[in-house]
Amino acid sequence: MLRATLTSMLHRKLRLVLSGLAVVLGVMFVSGSLILTDTLSRSFDNLFAGVYADTDVQVHGEPKVAVDEFEGEQVPATMPADIVDRVADVPGVASAVGEVEADGARVIGSDGKVVTSFGPPRLGVNWGGQGGLIELRDGRGPSAPNEIAIDAALASNAGLSVGDQVGVLTLEPRQDFELVGTFGFTEDRDTIGGVQFVAFTDEVAQELMLGETGVWTAVDVKAAPGVSHEQLRDDLTAALGDGYQVRTGAELAEDASAGLRSGLAFFNNILLGFAGVALFVGIFLILNTFSIMVAQRTRELALTRAVGASRRQIVGSVLVEAVVIGLIAAGLGLAAGVGVGALLATLAGGFASLPTAGLAVPASAVISAFTVGVLVTVVAAGMPALRASRVPPVAAMQEAATPDRPLTRLSVAGTATLAAGGAMLALGLTGNAGGQELWAVLGGVLVCFVGAALLTPLIARPVVSLLGRLFSWSVPGKLGRLNSGRNPRRTAITAAALMVGVALVAGVGVILDSAKTSIGGLAEDAMDAELIISGEQTGPRPPSFDPDVLDRAAALPGVDTVAGLYGDQAEVDGQTGFVSAGTDLAAVRKMFGLTAESGTVDTLAPGQLVVDSRTAEDRGIAVGDRLPVQLSRGEPSTYQVVGVYEWLPIFGGFVLPPEATANFGIPQPDMGFVKLTEGTPADQVQPQVAALLADSPEVSVTDQNAFIEQQSSQLDSVLTMIQILLALAILIAVLGIINTLALSVLERTREIGLLRAVGLGRAATMRMITVEAVVIAVFGALLGVVVGSGLGAAVVGALGDEGITTLTLPWTQLATYLVLAGIVGVVAAVLPAIRAARTDVLTAIAYE
Amino acid sequence: MSALGNDGVAARASDVWKVYGSGEAQVVALRGVNVELARGAFTAIMGPSGSGKSTLMHCLAGLDSVTRGEISIGDTQLTGLGDAGLTKLRRDRVGFIFQQFNLLPMLTARENILLPLSIAGRKPDRGWFDTVIDTVGLADRLSHRPSQLSGGQQQRVACARALVTKPEVVFADEPTGNLDSRSSAEVLGFLRSSVHESGQTIVMVTHDPAAAAYADRVVFLGDGQIVDELTDPTAETVLDIMKRLDTLLLVNAGELAGSDAGPVR
Ligand SMILES: Nc1ncnc2c1ncn2[C@@H]1O[C@H](COP(=O)(O)OP(=O)(O)OP(=O)(O)O)[C@@H](O)[C@H]1O
Ligand SMILES: [Mg+2]
Repeated sequence: MLRATLTSMLHRKLRLVLSGLAVVLGVMFVSGSLILTDTLSRSFDNLFAGVYADTDVQVHGEPKVAVDEFEGEQVPATMPADIVDRVADVPGVASAVGEVEADGARVIGSDGKVVTSFGPPRLGVNWGGQGGLIELRDGRGPSAPNEIAIDAALASNAGLSVGDQVGVLTLEPRQDFELVGTFGFTEDRDTIGGVQFVAFTDEVAQELMLGETGVWTAVDVKAAPGVSHEQLRDDLTAALGDGYQVRTGAELAEDASAGLRSGLAFFNNILLGFAGVALFVGIFLILNTFSIMVAQRTRELALTRAVGASRRQIVGSVLVEAVVIGLIAAGLGLAAGVGVGALLATLAGGFASLPTAGLAVPASAVISAFTVGVLVTVVAAGMPALRASRVPPVAAMQEAATPDRPLTRLSVAGTATLAAGGAMLALGLTGNAGGQELWAVLGGVLVCFVGAALLTPLIARPVVSLLGRLFSWSVPGKLGRLNSGRNPRRTAITAAALMVGVALVAGVGVILDSAKTSIGGLAEDAMDAELIISGEQTGPRPPSFDPDVLDRAAALPGVDTVAGLYGDQAEVDGQTGFVSAGTDLAAVRKMFGLTAESGTVDTLAPGQLVVDSRTAEDRGIAVGDRLPVQLSRGEPSTYQVVGVYEWLPIFGGFVLPPEATANFGIPQPDMGFVKLTEGTPADQVQPQVAALLADSPEVSVTDQNAFIEQQSSQLDSVLTMIQILLALAILIAVLGIINTLALSVLERTREIGLLRAVGLGRAATMRMITVEAVVIAVFGALLGVVVGSGLGAAVVGALGDEGITTLTLPWTQLATYLVLAGIVGVVAAVLPAIRAARTDVLTAIAYE
Repeated sequence: MSALGNDGVAARASDVWKVYGSGEAQVVALRGVNVELARGAFTAIMGPSGSGKSTLMHCLAGLDSVTRGEISIGDTQLTGLGDAGLTKLRRDRVGFIFQQFNLLPMLTARENILLPLSIAGRKPDRGWFDTVIDTVGLADRLSHRPSQLSGGQQQRVACARALVTKPEVVFADEPTGNLDSRSSAEVLGFLRSSVHESGQTIVMVTHDPAAAAYADRVVFLGDGQIVDELTDPTAETVLDIMKRLDTLLLVNAGELAGSDAGPVR
């Protein structure tokens, strides 16, 4: 039986290639993601191992506020200068040197713009001379307060060379320095992982990066000969007592890359999620291929049954076929994944100036490739296998008919599945899934897709025939329409595969568009400021600007009020989270339309704070409470809650008085709001504010519309990302269309031959196939748009509390998907159409 | 057989050779066939299995190309017509009836009959359509799909389709091969009446002497050559010739087999 199966597979190898390809692509996505993240994570390991290779032991202070990787930036703790002597006195220490290292040194390039970073920090450090990693390339190290040296990669990115005057933004607003040197790193590297380095003299580094002189962020310790790093670490820990982190170079390297690795793991999970979607779509394709093959082989199967094969053997033979395809495809997919993963890692490495680690294939990639590949194929082949086993032996003697089985059972199952999916979705969205909301939503969406797919055959005939009318003006068009309606199950599965991808894109589109209009509308209604100062955040650190600008803007003619907002990660009452501060609470209140729920939200004296109603409720905070607050810098202090304001989607959280900003991680405002006097045109004041911002190139001033536009454009890039990640799923669906058409063309060789015999030209034959493809593709996209809009609307409904109150359908976007689907259909039809046009009339009409 | 002027010929094969394959596997299906098919006549082609009947018909109908020689339909030389030309020729000037699988399953009988006209974008001639439908006796079956029709009805639909375009020649390859004698008689009777009443030209390949008896003339093929012919045949005369041919071919088998191996002249 096994041999018979394999021989028969060889005969149908072409038909298996396309369904195999779906698995190959899905597995490629899975193993590619795993290899990409594995390579990157090993690259980071290597990077940090190199960075800390010369480090014996370092001493750091405990950060005031421990900030989670995804929430924002952690401000390094400072230690008083005498720590260096205390460390040096510990036996076993050969030398101890104080160091400054903090994020936020932003160099203004020769084009007047801040050199951006897409993740790596922009470190301001004290110049510790050459040695260790550092190698001077040009000039010398800074020795006067107005001198700096920067790394060679930064210098070339910024278009700067030794002797230039360079503006640098730090905790302080712009200051100009003379660039006296550029430096690289050992092994001839210009950069370490894209980190930007600006080296100042000690006092300047302390003042500008830490906010006070006489403090260090680290003490670099060299061990005396014969003292092991671990020994020294333990001795130092014992000698210094609590409040310090003492780590060896190896530990520092491990900690540094562990932080990035957790980010990578998150990224990896996202990629795997999308790979899952692609594989899910692949299931449809394989299911269809196997179904069609089983249908075409009805006689062969019946004959096998007639000569004595058992049902079990038939199921077995189909499943063996599936396993073989799964294994081969998984192997190919793994190989392709290794290639793609390595390529992407190299690209990402190049983008992040990260030397990529050598290629390695982690066991997880191999195991998941084969598990996923075989599982997906076998699951997809299960139904067709069962159907094959039900072919009665007598079918061998009958004319092979395409039985038009009733769709009742399928539709009932579909309705039930859809209802179950809807219920899961509802539980997840309303937060009643016992803490598993995300899984409930994702599972619900998945189950909804299956339900919709099961219902698709039912609606396929009417909808396809309706869609087909668009093309019925010509005979080929009419024939194509009729063909696409001939086998509702086949058309439905093919279309459903496309539905999944399109529905996800459309659903996300609906959510984002609704978010855009809702928030935009809210901002427009609520925000009572004509001009807004803000910048685009590209890394963990938000852009900020000189607070003086606010005062000077307030003095401009035509300006009514000005307010600035500051943000920090702080620990309030034992919980770390975002807090903000306004220059003037009354102004903030007016501009955002805050209303007091209790207490007052008009003024804040030092030591007072207000909080939004939601946080207050969640955490049981009431007016009059006294809360301990630890900001990024400074000592902990107690604040009294003087007011609770009503939560707004665009404004929430703890609001502290302006005095608190001195101890914020970034003691500069990241947003400014300018309200003009009645009748002053915005475009009259805008250039004047822009002029004030000349030395704060991270931000710019825009009017309200442009600001809302700017904010929404960030949502657009989210959509683009998702579209790119779903492209593979959609590609697989397109393969499915090609596959279905190719199999149908094969199946209808005789009909096509007949049509050619009675005078259908080649071009017309191709048109007939193309119409069929377009109808299926547009049908799939239409389903996707409808299902996606439904899912999107459900999510939007559930997000009403979060301020997404208006449901907006992105009509042009949705229409574009339909048009694109039509084009995709045309493309998908090319090969099958050529094949159909080449049908040899004589072979086609020759009876077997 | 009456003398035929050029305009009395619907289709002609002059010294037609057809060779399949090459080398060892070479098969010479037609070896120098000369035949003229009279306009307005019902011609049957007969011969033993493998004698080249289907091949000759496919070549005459422009479905297959010849290795050597000339085919013409009316005044049109088929050699040199590209795929587009042949497609147009088949669509506008030739009709087909195959042994089976003549109809598209998703179209109704009416749509199947009108298919060549719709492909050509021509309007059916109402009167002629009704005449054809009446003659084939399908008036009440027009909205049925092929799966709802019997084998004989399906072949009659195929006949109607072949005739509705008023083609210059209708080619039928064993149109009754799959039918019982009653259905065969219906189909053949219909074909003959379309010749005699409407002046249609029909060429039919058949194995059945009774079917050949419906024709005006029978051409006999033996091993790729015209070996005999008969005008106004009856089942008996046809059967006689076929018996004679069988023995003749058996006698000549050795000689012919010898010439098989050689190149085509
Ligand atoms: N495509 C082909 N390739 C090779 N040889 C062929 C091909 N088609 C036909 N032949 C050969 O050409 C010869 C004539 O075949 P043809 O089909 O014309 O015979 P026929 O008279 O129609 O026979 P039957 O009565 O069995 O239909 C046969 O020997 C056949 O094997
Ligand atoms: Mg034949």
